[in-house]
Amino acid sequence: MVIMDDYGKFETAWCPGCGNFGILKAIKQALVDLDRSPDEVLIASGIGQSSKLPHYLRCNTFNGLHGRSLPPATGAKVANHELTVLAVTGDGDCYGEGGNHFLHTVRRNPDITMIVHDNQIYGLTKGQASPTSEIGMKTKVQTHGVFNMPLNPLSLAISLDCSFVSRGYAGNIPHLTKLIEKAIQHKGLSLVDVLQPCVSFNKLNTFKWYSERVYDIEEPGYELNDRVKAFEKSLEWGDRIPLGIFYVNEKPSFEEHIEVLESGPLYKNIPKTELVNKLIDGFI
Amino acid sequence: MNIDLNLKIGGAAGQGLQTTGMALAKTFKKNGFHVFATQYYLSRVRGGHNTFQIRISDSSIFAMTESVDLLLALDGESIEQHLSELNDGVIVVDLDVIEVKENSDSIFHIPMLKIAKDVCGDKIYSNSVSMGAVIGLLCLERSDLESVLKAAFKKKGEEIIQKNIDAVRAGYNYVKDNYPGGCKFAVKDPDKKENMMLVSGNEAAGLGALAAGVQFLAAYPMTPSTGVMNYVAANADTFNVVVEQAEDEIAALNMILGASFAGARSMTTTSGGGFSLMTEALGLASITETPAVIFLCQRPGPATGLPTMTEQGDLQFALYAAQGEFPRCILAPGTPEECFYLMAEAFNIADKYQIPVFVMSDQYLADSLFTCPRFDASKVTIERHLLSNSQLSASKEEYKRYKLTPNGISPRALPGQAGVLVIADSDEHDEFGHINETPDNRIKMNDKRMKKLEVLREEMPAPKVYGNPDASLTLVGWGSTYGPLAEVVDILNDKGKSVNLVHFTHIHPLPVEHTRKILTKSKKTVCVENNSSGQFSRLLKVDADIQITEHVLRYDGKPFSPEFIIAALKEKEVI
Repeated sequence: MVIMDDYGKFETAWCPGCGNFGILKAIKQALVDLDRSPDEVLIASGIGQSSKLPHYLRCNTFNGLHGRSLPPATGAKVANHELTVLAVTGDGDCYGEGGNHFLHTVRRNPDITMIVHDNQIYGLTKGQASPTSEIGMKTKVQTHGVFNMPLNPLSLAISLDCSFVSRGYAGNIPHLTKLIEKAIQHKGLSLVDVLQPCVSFNKLNTFKWYSERVYDIEEPGYELNDRVKAFEKSLEWGDRIPLGIFYVNEKPSFEEHIEVLESGPLYKNIPKTELVNKLIDGFI
Repeated sequence: MNIDLNLKIGGAAGQGLQTTGMALAKTFKKNGFHVFATQYYLSRVRGGHNTFQIRISDSSIFAMTESVDLLLALDGESIEQHLSELNDGVIVVDLDVIEVKENSDSIFHIPMLKIAKDVCGDKIYSNSVSMGAVIGLLCLERSDLESVLKAAFKKKGEEIIQKNIDAVRAGYNYVKDNYPGGCKFAVKDPDKKENMMLVSGNEAAGLGALAAGVQFLAAYPMTPSTGVMNYVAANADTFNVVVEQAEDEIAALNMILGASFAGARSMTTTSGGGFSLMTEALGLASITETPAVIFLCQRPGPATGLPTMTEQGDLQFALYAAQGEFPRCILAPGTPEECFYLMAEAFNIADKYQIPVFVMSDQYLADSLFTCPRFDASKVTIERHLLSNSQLSASKEEYKRYKLTPNGISPRALPGQAGVLVIADSDEHDEFGHINETPDNRIKMNDKRMKKLEVLREEMPAPKVYGNPDASLTLVGWGSTYGPLAEVVDILNDKGKSVNLVHFTHIHPLPVEHTRKILTKSKKTVCVENNSSGQFSRLLKVDADIQITEHVLRYDGKPFSPEFIIAALKEKEVI
């Protein structure tokens, strides 16, 4: 039985009161609830305050480049699909620098859980607008206020027929924990966009601001496989912000398309190099 | 060399140049000739003027020559452009189809279209008529060509095969009955038929990767590297390789780093433009000490440059790409054989030193076809340099991915193996892999990584010396120029000169001691490179303090021919 202590306790470089603490706690709790031991788990991350997360729990870690958490996560999952692979990233990392990887990883559908710390601001570089910053938000760079249309990650993911689309909130850890558990259990790419207050740089989208608006999407009659309804729901933002699982489409994962993986992890596969001679014969 | 004949097929893209050229090249190989074939094409699927050139000889050849003996013209431009290359040769052309402005005694009209229609009922057989005509002009037997075509059209059924054979015979007979020069171009096929391969550099590199047990390849298509990706993909099911076309080159290299980190032997293929996008992840490979093989197939840049032509212009880029200082390895094959063996060696170096390793080819080597001795797959070993489960279980201390060791190489475990945790970080990190920004740690980790470069340098073999080691003139080259340079050495020595070649395949880290030992003996050195600034020559100066006397450089998008090099040596008055 895996317990919370297995995942360790570490000193962090996050600001006191940061929404990241809630996300870290929810990830650890979800892994414990699912009885996944640290050595079975790989967390890939990019660069940003969010991407420091794998250093704050015991697990296999690939803390790569800014915006590039998804490609190594995909490669690692192909090489060893027995690993539970999480990609921990942020709004700047995933929707800005790594936007193209986001689009194509959704298309590819590897069995990876993406957890996006979406604080609508750049934290590591101290307060510039992110792709999800609200219109009108003034920053040191956007001195006249943001006027570029914010990216809606959920609508985008649903439009690409992402196989699991959800939104959590760092201020509601039990709800977020359950969401992450379901995302990990889902076979295929699962997006967990997490509303994460940034206490240092985002004075607009605070814990109070979010807490007054969020509500649970779960209601009788909400069908998880209704893409159009899910898209409509994903557009809701303002006085009320829905949380929960928006859309699920069970379909074969990237790894399930690859026949060789049926017999075990790729890295354990003994190369059939003896067949090279046959190929060489073809050139004679 | 008693036989040395050069055949050029010219036409527009889509006219079947490649099919005709390939079938003839295979036929000549079957006849027992040594074959070298190369294509010159523009970046388009239809139209434009392209050529397929085949040189045949009774001894080993690895270069093209510029004078043409037999020109098969499928368009008017072929004659306009290549008439001057004709050396007492013949132009085969169908004057019913092609309007020829030039007046030349060399023109020999064959009504290929008419023959195809009359004999086979369809003009599409005119290429087979032309192949029969070529074999007839060379006074060779038809049988080898017929068996090549039988194999090529096997899937299309008996009727199609028979029509092609009929077309070949008609073309052959037309020549026998009508060519006024008779057997002017007769070449006798060698008695000794060696068990040779006819293979391109890209196919050889792909074979090498398969022999090395590649398990994952992620890449984005880019000419001229795509052939390797295609070759591995075509054989992926048989060899249990996963091939993924990434959304861009950034993803490709990052993806293989993830796969390699988790234990799969991984590689990517690209050309300069794609590699530009990979530079960030190149540094990631090095700081995370993740093995990666990068097949970098050069074409002239910058930016889009000349997409279908050749250049050795990216050496400096590969040497210095990405921020910071870190170890990397660069290998550059000169022949398909070297493509095969060096590809396999690249994987072993990458795994042993946990660094990115380049195999640098170029369009010339990638796309040209060579006859060469059969590759010996049993010479390829797979050395993974991974900790075993029992080694890990026996260890009392917690696993440190970046453990400091005397040679800088940290024993490598895989995530999830024997219950250990493996942590990789693009930040400067401590022995466990966690971020550590202290000055002491930085120095230790930087030194650890750079130490690997010096250990690897000791392992890098000496450059190959072709010809008399004490020759008075030394040609220096690297990578794909081996063929033309070796031929220049043979030609000049036959004429009583004293010339040798020092050829490098192990470029970086440069084997400095071997290099100095060999090159400080040379009285006069000429570095021959397919670029405009002498990038390798500069590397010799910086790394080994070798001052090259003279340079022969070519950067018009075309590969070297022996004639080009000899003319340049004469111009520079070194011969």
